[in-house]
Amino acid sequence: MTRSFLLAAAVLLPASVLAVLAALAWGSVHIPPADLLAVFLGEGSRLHSTLVLDLRLPRALAAFAAGGLLGLAGALMQVLLRNPLADPYVLGLSGGASVGALLAMLAGLSMVSVSAAAFAGALLSTIIVFGLAHGTGSWTPTRLLLTGVVVAAGWGAMISFILAVSPTAELPGMLYWLMGDVSHARNPYPAWGVLVLVVLLALPLGRTLNVLARGPMQAAALGVAVRPVEWGIYIAASLITATAVTQVGAVGFVGLIVPHMLRLVFGNDQRVILPASALAGGILLTLADTLARTMIAPEQLPVGVITAMLGVPVFLFLLYRSR
Amino acid sequence: MPADPLPHPGPDAPSVHERPDERTLLATRELVVDVPQRPDGAPLNLTVNPGQCWGILGPNGAGKSTLLHTLAGLRDPRAGQIEVRGRGLPAMPRAELARHLGLVFQSHHDGFPATVLETALIGRHPYLRPWDIETAEDYALARAALAEMDLSDMESRLVDTLSGGERQRLAIATVLTQNPNLLLLDEPTSQLDLHHQVAVLNRIRAIASRDRAAVLVLHDVNLAARYCDRLLLLFPDGQACWGPTPTMLVPSALERLYNQPLSVGEIDGHPVFLPRSD
Repeated sequence: MTRSFLLAAAVLLPASVLAVLAALAWGSVHIPPADLLAVFLGEGSRLHSTLVLDLRLPRALAAFAAGGLLGLAGALMQVLLRNPLADPYVLGLSGGASVGALLAMLAGLSMVSVSAAAFAGALLSTIIVFGLAHGTGSWTPTRLLLTGVVVAAGWGAMISFILAVSPTAELPGMLYWLMGDVSHARNPYPAWGVLVLVVLLALPLGRTLNVLARGPMQAAALGVAVRPVEWGIYIAASLITATAVTQVGAVGFVGLIVPHMLRLVFGNDQRVILPASALAGGILLTLADTLARTMIAPEQLPVGVITAMLGVPVFLFLLYRSR
Repeated sequence: MPADPLPHPGPDAPSVHERPDERTLLATRELVVDVPQRPDGAPLNLTVNPGQCWGILGPNGAGKSTLLHTLAGLRDPRAGQIEVRGRGLPAMPRAELARHLGLVFQSHHDGFPATVLETALIGRHPYLRPWDIETAEDYALARAALAEMDLSDMESRLVDTLSGGERQRLAIATVLTQNPNLLLLDEPTSQLDLHHQVAVLNRIRAIASRDRAAVLVLHDVNLAARYCDRLLLLFPDGQACWGPTPTMLVPSALERLYNQPLSVGEIDGHPVFLPRSD
């Protein structure tokens, strides 16, 4: 465990720094490493300072935090449901956030209100899914997953309905939000606070989650208080998903693909996978957003398109190579 | 439910009650297990003391596994109390309970791929604080348990590549790593070959001969007769009787237990029960 933890840290921590530096250097104006260093030392030109510190840094940090939250949420949900297909998308959380955001846009509200509506939508979806899955009978992962999938389908229909009745002028903004868009993220620090807090809470829980992955009965027999732990994971995963979609819209694939890629490389110890998912999710979304800004500059692409285009081939390659 | 719920099934196998004392590992008081959609069974007053090896016998659906899960605190009983080391079960924190009592399940499901060594190591979970990492000592315990179960050369194999019998031995190795005072084992030999059946039961017997005890659900009357010094018979109608093995191995009681005529013989001084072939 210690070896794979150190290996993951040795690979992912430098990669995280490089990803953020790349996001700072690349863009409509390319900034060479020497000039980037000068900016950080307070000696850079006015233009470079503004570009790096006021425009690119908040955006890169927002993308990193949101990617980290989504990766972590996916890893937590997969342990909770003991199902490798679980992620915030599949469970309808992103769908609820999307409906909230689109309704706010349709009402012509400001971007701040859109974010608040997205947060509210994600939480509403959490309550609906968990309440219905709880129901009158027993709570099982299969039931929760099925409820989530059906609720997600319901949100999908509502999204289509809203898009169909919206004025044409609103459609591009809505579509961008649905595919993920970091350009409105201005204040990354609350998301960073949540990310650091949840990683610090999840680290000591890692071994408990390893045991929980063997099934609730086995976990209980080994001394795990199963019900409180399961509730805690679900609430934490929901809150961090809501925080992430509030920042960057409905970005898919990160929560599903990142934990799996890491499992194929580092094994399945949650004490490694949870922090590694946060870092790798951050790296993926930061690089994806950098590409989204630069590929067809000055136009921008939705970041969700890039995460899928990067993530799917890498994931399929690792899966093909694995035992 | 018969009109006359006898505390024991009849004169041929009366229950023997032992009073719990301060050495007692596990005691039940008027325990009625909650088997879904079945009327209340006979209340159980069991006393499991160090050095004892209990065998639970009964037909399919008699509630053997449900009883084990209830004793391990995984299910609430319909009535009565369970005491582990003199303390009522609901009062004991789950992590502390897991240091006294280990349970091997009948079936094992493995969510995500894990290696054999990682699986045995989860037996150390009850002893580690949240931020602890397994020490060299924990690894040594897990490796020793794997060696006892003939699994040493499979340490880094993925669990889902094991055969049914190997998986079952791994589950026993995990509980040996957990090293509790009281082992509850649900059909621990059901998938093992003859050699490993005997090896596993010898190991359990050796553990239960010192300051510890074991409770096994078994389907083989002859293995139970040979390895267990106490038997609990759970009848399909919810009645039960228990006591030292010789007093329970009454052919008429066993025939009623399994609803199957039996032939009785003796080999090497041990009683042997076989289904009658007529």
